Amino acid sequence: MSGQPAILVEGVTKSFGTVQALRGIDLAVPAGTVLGLLGPNGAGKTTAVRVLTTLLRPDGGRATVNGFDVVRQPADVRRSIGLAGQSAAIQEELTGRENLEIIGRLYHLSWPDARRRAVELLDQFDLSDAADRAAKTYSGGMQRRLDLAASLVGRPTVLFLDEPTTGLDPRARIGMWGVIRNLVSTGTTLLLTTQYLDEADELADEIVVIDHGVVIAAGTAEELKNRVGGDVLEFSVPDASAVPKALAAVAEVGEGEPHVDETTGRISVPVGAGGSDALVAAVRALDAATLQVQGLTIRRPSLDDVFLAVTGHAAEENEVQPAGRARRRTGRRPGKKQQ
Amino acid sequence: MSTAELAAPGTGTPPLGVRARWAISDTLTITRRNLMIWTRVPAYIAFTVIQPVLFVLMFRYVFGGAIPVHVKGGYVNFLMPGIIGQTAAFATFGTAIALAIELQKGVIDRLRSMPMARSAVLAGRLVADTGRMFITILIIVAVGYAVGFRFENGFAAAVAMVLLATLFGACMSCIAAFTGLAIKDEEAVQAFGMIWLFPLTFLSSAFVPIRTMPGWLQAFANNQPVTHVVDTMRALALGGPVEANLWKSLAWLGGILIVFAPLSVRAYRRVG
Ligand SMILES: Nc1ncnc2c1ncn2[C@@H]1O[C@H](COP(=O)(O)OP(=O)(O)O)[C@@H](O)[C@H]1O
Ligand SMILES: [Mg+2]
Repeated sequence: MSGQPAILVEGVTKSFGTVQALRGIDLAVPAGTVLGLLGPNGAGKTTAVRVLTTLLRPDGGRATVNGFDVVRQPADVRRSIGLAGQSAAIQEELTGRENLEIIGRLYHLSWPDARRRAVELLDQFDLSDAADRAAKTYSGGMQRRLDLAASLVGRPTVLFLDEPTTGLDPRARIGMWGVIRNLVSTGTTLLLTTQYLDEADELADEIVVIDHGVVIAAGTAEELKNRVGGDVLEFSVPDASAVPKALAAVAEVGEGEPHVDETTGRISVPVGAGGSDALVAAVRALDAATLQVQGLTIRRPSLDDVFLAVTGHAAEENEVQPAGRARRRTGRRPGKKQQ
Repeated sequence: MSTAELAAPGTGTPPLGVRARWAISDTLTITRRNLMIWTRVPAYIAFTVIQPVLFVLMFRYVFGGAIPVHVKGGYVNFLMPGIIGQTAAFATFGTAIALAIELQKGVIDRLRSMPMARSAVLAGRLVADTGRMFITILIIVAVGYAVGFRFENGFAAAVAMVLLATLFGACMSCIAAFTGLAIKDEEAVQAFGMIWLFPLTFLSSAFVPIRTMPGWLQAFANNQPVTHVVDTMRALALGGPVEANLWKSLAWLGGILIVFAPLSVRAYRRVG
């Protein structure tokens, strides 16, 4: 398996009617590593996962998993992969154990083997106590764990997780991170999609950012954060006419250009690894300019910040929505042209 | 341990015999799963059994007195084959809704991403739903007996009637499966089910003699599959000429299968 990437995507395109969900993306995931596919809602993440798991035929380009072509050798691809989709694909009326046993049978395990595998996975995912309860009585986190367990019944060497923590509360989310980290420590290749930079940072060796079906940035979490300019200082000014003055005041503190979010009016500026020093400097500068400031914080960079750094505008929902409900969050850097 | 079998990627396509064995075993697994789900949800059982029982009681005791029929045993004997045909047709709501929900929840995506037989999800669904329908029909026959219905044409013909009703339901399930996979939304599927199933069952010979309908309706009612099937069932249950209606019924059912079985399979392959 050495040399050849576990997942290889070359110029894959896919349209639904007039919507170009994938406009030629390239990916290469070495065996045993974790790729984080990061992008806002509607970027094309699920479409990419569905092409790679043989659920959708690409219009153009080529994709292989474990060396097998997803279009020409789908049966071989299916034998090597596991998929946990965006919603938990479990049968809520059945117990956790029954769910896993049935999947085991569909992988052509004998009944005793299917039972053994179910017990193993229930144990591994901390579901043994709930094994004989209907899955509809499970919490959101437990349902996601059961879904993940189901994707592992066939001992896949390449695993696809589509937004594995979306909809979970913060505690369940961190629990899920632990589960996923344990999984990949056994050498499974993982492609995981997410809308959160911190999640990709936490789990992925390499991150690929996609937007409108194209790759707009790639690198390690460190590299992407460096492109943003490190941590981000953020605040707002109650008096809108004072915004230019505030921008000027913090321009000197930051390591990058300050940015005003068009809808929230919040001002953000990357401050590198400066941390609390930058915070103190900002307070001094704003105070010296006799500005009134609200909600001054320093936070870790987010997907929005990456977008801002790479494309000059914030991430936006690409989902095609009925007119009127469309939610645009496009902000612009002063003095920089929108692309 | 048979994990060796599945953990050996790159073995290409297994031989035909192995694939046939897997297709059967996968279909049985899916069938079993669907029947397990059915027994776990009291509301499903209620929907499939209680609703036709209410229809029996309502038509037998509320409308029955006002509907003049000339068959041995009176209206209840006229009614039961009709109710059984309608029950078989309405049971297909379950098929369509279940497939739409499985699509929405990603269950079908998971199954399609696995190295199982592609035909098994649909085949297992149809086998389980037909089994469920068969049980429901037997219950309705028992309820019919309790309110005065009697088979008047011997045991073999009675069995043939139940089997024809089940075959009819299975063919209707193919249409329903296609609507579920094509429409993909639970509520829309349900609404659409009403649109085609209500006219088809009520504008037929199931509940009233067609000669009581206005002429333009008779034209429709006399020439649609539910009427042919119910008339055949009635002849089997109560006596009378069977053959002409049986051939028409089988022609309709064959036509439905030829059109909708491939459409369902295609919709399943193409979902997404
Ligand atoms: N089956 C489909 N039919 C029509 N449009 C689709 C379909 N699936 C996805 N799309 C569209 O393709 C784009 C990418 O969607 P998706 O891959 O689901 O994005 P993500 O998973 O990143 O949120 C969106 O504009 C979405 O509306
Ligand atoms: Mg998605």
